[in-house]
Amino acid sequence: MTVEANVRNFTINFGPVHPSAHGVLRLILELDGEIVERVDPHIGLLHRGTEKLIESKTYLQAVPYFDRLDYVAPMNQEHAFALAVEKLLGLEVPRRGQLIRVLYSEIGRLLAHLMNVTTQAMDVGALTPPVWGFEWREKLMIFYERASGARMHAAYFRPGGVHQDLPQSLIDDIDVFCDEFLKFVVDLDTLLTENRMFKQRNVDIGVVKLEDAWNWGFSGVMVRGSGAAWDLRKSQPYECYDEMEFDIPIGKNGDCYDRYLIRMEEMRQSTKIMKQCVAKLNAADGRGPVSSLDGKVVPPKRAEMKRSMEAMIHHFKLYTEGYKVPAGEVYACVEAPKGEFGVYLVSDGSNKPYRCKIRAPGFAHLSAMDFLCRGHMLADVSAILGSLDIVFGEVDR
Amino acid sequence: MDEAIQVDPLVDLGQHIAGALGAAVIAQEVAFGELTLTVARDSIISVATFLRDDAKCRFISFTDICGADYPERDERFEVVYHFMSPHLNHRIRVKLRADDVTPVPSITGVFRGADWFERETYDLFGVLFSGHQDLRRILTDYGFDGHPLRKDFPVSGFVQVRYDEERKRVVYEPVQLMQEYRDFDYLSPWEGTDYVLPGDEKAKQ
Repeated sequence: MTVEANVRNFTINFGPVHPSAHGVLRLILELDGEIVERVDPHIGLLHRGTEKLIESKTYLQAVPYFDRLDYVAPMNQEHAFALAVEKLLGLEVPRRGQLIRVLYSEIGRLLAHLMNVTTQAMDVGALTPPVWGFEWREKLMIFYERASGARMHAAYFRPGGVHQDLPQSLIDDIDVFCDEFLKFVVDLDTLLTENRMFKQRNVDIGVVKLEDAWNWGFSGVMVRGSGAAWDLRKSQPYECYDEMEFDIPIGKNGDCYDRYLIRMEEMRQSTKIMKQCVAKLNAADGRGPVSSLDGKVVPPKRAEMKRSMEAMIHHFKLYTEGYKVPAGEVYACVEAPKGEFGVYLVSDGSNKPYRCKIRAPGFAHLSAMDFLCRGHMLADVSAILGSLDIVFGEVDR
Repeated sequence: MDEAIQVDPLVDLGQHIAGALGAAVIAQEVAFGELTLTVARDSIISVATFLRDDAKCRFISFTDICGADYPERDERFEVVYHFMSPHLNHRIRVKLRADDVTPVPSITGVFRGADWFERETYDLFGVLFSGHQDLRRILTDYGFDGHPLRKDFPVSGFVQVRYDEERKRVVYEPVQLMQEYRDFDYLSPWEGTDYVLPGDEKAKQ
């Protein structure tokens, strides 16, 4: 016989510096015993005013801000901005530029999914996967570095194309990487997929019905996990995704485990796309310029500046005044690893964006935290948070 | 891509929506392959509900809400909604005008995802939403004053924070810049500026 205790709800602070909070998230959890009654996420601890800063920069100067949003897959963000600017300018990216963009978008997807899958495993108690995963992320970052000079903050996708061409040795190395990487995915699969504890922590946790997923503004893996075969790369193809062959994995149950499985399969599919890009880059029609030849938008190459007066003038004008973008407003989005990353860009016809709204997938996903966690156990909060794939750079902007 | 085939369904769709909603739709426009509707502020809930539920629209996916500031207008703010229809594979943009005192009806009852996006718009622009359960600031600091994305809010802000070793806590101070904030104007003076160039005031008219 136990004495009837005075039962009351507990309110606890989860974060802002909790290892499984994936950054600076502060959750106020109201607990009834171990059951979560209410979640109130406090965000904004990483708010840097990106949108405000972009309003006072020229279009080219705005590009590096996008690397610092979802810093796990930087180039995918730049891509959305570049697409928005190109849409306003009516600029066509040459084929080789498109192929390189697709190649590096998929590298970004691998970077993000590797990070997510392995740290989610860490959130639920497995220590080996992140150590393995980060080794492979490092290899991918070296590809970033070899293309752009920076491991993370690349500023490589610029309106008009990409900054520089890839050396042939890099393309060959990426080709070799793809084969080796598939073996690693098999290893990771053996480590996690059938792992009893991993399944106990993830199966039937954080179930989202498809209808709710749309209503909450979910995108990417969060809707695919709930059964929608929706992927912007297929449904609203941009660049040369329409000529790539790949499948869209979808989930049946909409739980954390399905989302994990989708990410694993997407890594395989991304590798498949990368292989195709490499083959197309090596083919005869994959040669050529990597960015638009419109001298009024894309700066000239250094060698050209030594010989051409016009190129010199263009260079000077583009790095001081920048280019003017016709007035109008567009919304451009990409299938970023975390979901639909969109840029709503308003131009007033000057050399600076009038308004640049960044629509981050993580923001919508995190806003549903209360809806997802209610009634779950305290330990499930970190599993759900892990499967939402949150990066605070893009949530707080 | 053939422009005509791209654009036509959007014009059609715009007319269908405008026809069904009547006076609520003030203007519709297709530009850059995107459909934009301007609606009356008070009808936003019925517009959003219609877009979500109508069999020919089914914009069931909520994408985004954001504000934009145009200080020269009498109703200075625009609230911009983006929805997406996975069935039509189309996006739509819905805009309305607002100012800093009249509230905009909240669409959290129609799209639950609107919650944080409306909080963000309130936080950064100061647009009020009526019927929102929990209209708190979201991105800025606790106790922040002002709405940073308004055009009259300086990029440098008004307060800066630092950790004070003596008081053992974070202190708030007025912004002090070690060097003047540089906001270079690179617009070409040959193409006409809207201000007097330095030195020009000396010239005889």
